[in-house]
Amino acid sequence: MVRYIIRRLLALIPVILVLTFIVFAILSMTPGDATTIILGSEYTEELGAKLRVQLGLDRPLVVQYFHYVTHLLQGDFGISYVTRAPVLDQLSVRLANTAWIVASAMLLCVSLGIPIGILSATKPNSFFSQGTMVFGLMGVSMPIFWLGLLLILLFSVNLGWLPSSGLDNGPKSLLLPAITLGFNYMANIMRTTRSSMMEAVRQDFIRTARAKGVSEFGVIYNHALGNALMPTITIIGLDVGTLLGGVVLTETVFSIPGTGRLLVEAINQRDTPCVLGCLVVMALCVAVSNLIVDLIYAYIDPRIRAQYGAKARSA
Amino acid sequence: MEATSTAGRAGAPPAAPPPRAFTTKKEFYAQFKKKSIAHELWLRFLKNRTAVAGLIIFSVIAIVAITAPWIADYDAVVTKIDIAARLQPPSASHWFGTDELGRDILARIVHGAQVSLLIGITAIFVSLAVGLVLGGAAGYYGGKTDSIIMRAMDVFLCLPDVLLALAIIAAFGNTKLNLIIAIGLSFSPKFSRVVRAAVMSVRDNEYVEAARSIGARDHRIIARHVLPNCIGPIIVQVTLYVANAILTIAALSFIGLGIQPPTPEWGNMLASGRTFMRDFPHIVVAPGLAIFFTILALNLLGDGLRDTLDPRLKH
Repeated sequence: MVRYIIRRLLALIPVILVLTFIVFAILSMTPGDATTIILGSEYTEELGAKLRVQLGLDRPLVVQYFHYVTHLLQGDFGISYVTRAPVLDQLSVRLANTAWIVASAMLLCVSLGIPIGILSATKPNSFFSQGTMVFGLMGVSMPIFWLGLLLILLFSVNLGWLPSSGLDNGPKSLLLPAITLGFNYMANIMRTTRSSMMEAVRQDFIRTARAKGVSEFGVIYNHALGNALMPTITIIGLDVGTLLGGVVLTETVFSIPGTGRLLVEAINQRDTPCVLGCLVVMALCVAVSNLIVDLIYAYIDPRIRAQYGAKARSA
Repeated sequence: MEATSTAGRAGAPPAAPPPRAFTTKKEFYAQFKKKSIAHELWLRFLKNRTAVAGLIIFSVIAIVAITAPWIADYDAVVTKIDIAARLQPPSASHWFGTDELGRDILARIVHGAQVSLLIGITAIFVSLAVGLVLGGAAGYYGGKTDSIIMRAMDVFLCLPDVLLALAIIAAFGNTKLNLIIAIGLSFSPKFSRVVRAAVMSVRDNEYVEAARSIGARDHRIIARHVLPNCIGPIIVQVTLYVANAILTIAALSFIGLGIQPPTPEWGNMLASGRTFMRDFPHIVVAPGLAIFFTILALNLLGDGLRDTLDPRLKH
């Protein structure tokens, strides 16, 4: 198991390197000159040329990239064009807010989505099950930024129960952003759990378990669930990317100073180092979450664990 | 399932259907007439009521989008500012009310449909083109070609599609063409995967082998024998991804990086209406509903097509 983890971690390095290169290359194609943005009204030909040399913008792309990556590996994300402060300082402040929203959304979705999916699958023709299907379909079709606005209208403006923006009121202020961000995610988790659970209870080993007299609860939770959860775990991991994309929208709706907001502000101000930093951090999160899913796979599925044989047992 | 249900009657030949009385010769021959595959699929599709509902809703939206210039004049109604009529609630003359600049919301939604559908559909054609080439090559040739292309796609998949689109827009600006390219490219890794899987499932069939044995070249085999046989899953994905693309356009416009006002687009209508929604909630209801129903219709249609074209997957 330890060897598997190490191998997967090593495989992550080229992915991150190529990814940063792609983002770096795309952003370096920005028409216009970065020095005009930095200098603003103070811009002169001479100053611009001097600054360009200073920032290394006169060098070839590959050299610039190499310079960026070597600094990145030391935790240096470069200096923001606009605030002239290290990008890392801004990122670390903003990242905490984003992490809170994402974590609470995930917690909410997983803890509600899986049980609802299971219940819905065990009674496939019930009113409850039909209801969850309708809800699931609505969930995947709902534009989350609109949902956020509607939730603000209902719970902040009309009822006055929850704050409509910021994160200053503790857990209370996290609730609406978490629901907004997680809505599609939860619908997906629920639908996947439901369909894979319905698939699992049709298998032969379930019939065997029932035949030997295992209680219905035992059949569902001890025999079917382990097999049914694999696709759900895939969705939980795969959709982290979508969730991070949704962060940009959720933070805009609720005016939360997070990484998503920072990214949009940086794009509007054409602050390339900051854009790059945000994208690299988000991509890193997705890559790591994919890795975690694979590890959970290996942990849950004995067939994968068996590939690592004795090592797995000793680890 | 079938195997177990017929097992009890094993041995006995299936009972022949009772002979039917035919009144006319025409009716007698009609039973041997083969229905075309398309006709049969269409009949199967019509049985799926939710899918038909999706098709109807989407057709209505598409017709409205195409006929938008005749429904409301662009210069005289859609973009004309009339401060005296601003923020009116829904009434007989303005079914969905007016926005903060006195423009009829319904007219703007109708024209917004045109923008969304046009960009959404063309963007998906871009990703389809990329996906067919890359996924087709990866699936057909396998081996090294496959692993190189798919590793590259895996890297792209680490970056959520909204963020990849944001990076491209950050670099090149947000014209309509750039939006199409950005969204098209950001969805193409997923398309490549779908096409690859579909191609791999048919490339070892006998007719492909037969074509190869009579000396057909690769490009001919791919274009004439392989791709036509994996059109089903591709059509399903096209439908579902057009929904995603429309959602992405609305999302990008909502955060101010997509279609810019005064051009009407559902996302930017929500963004500009946000400021006034506390006192005039009607301003954010209609554009959101437009997005919701479009996405819902496409999801229903996509799910229905999947059930029709690949009944094995049906749960």
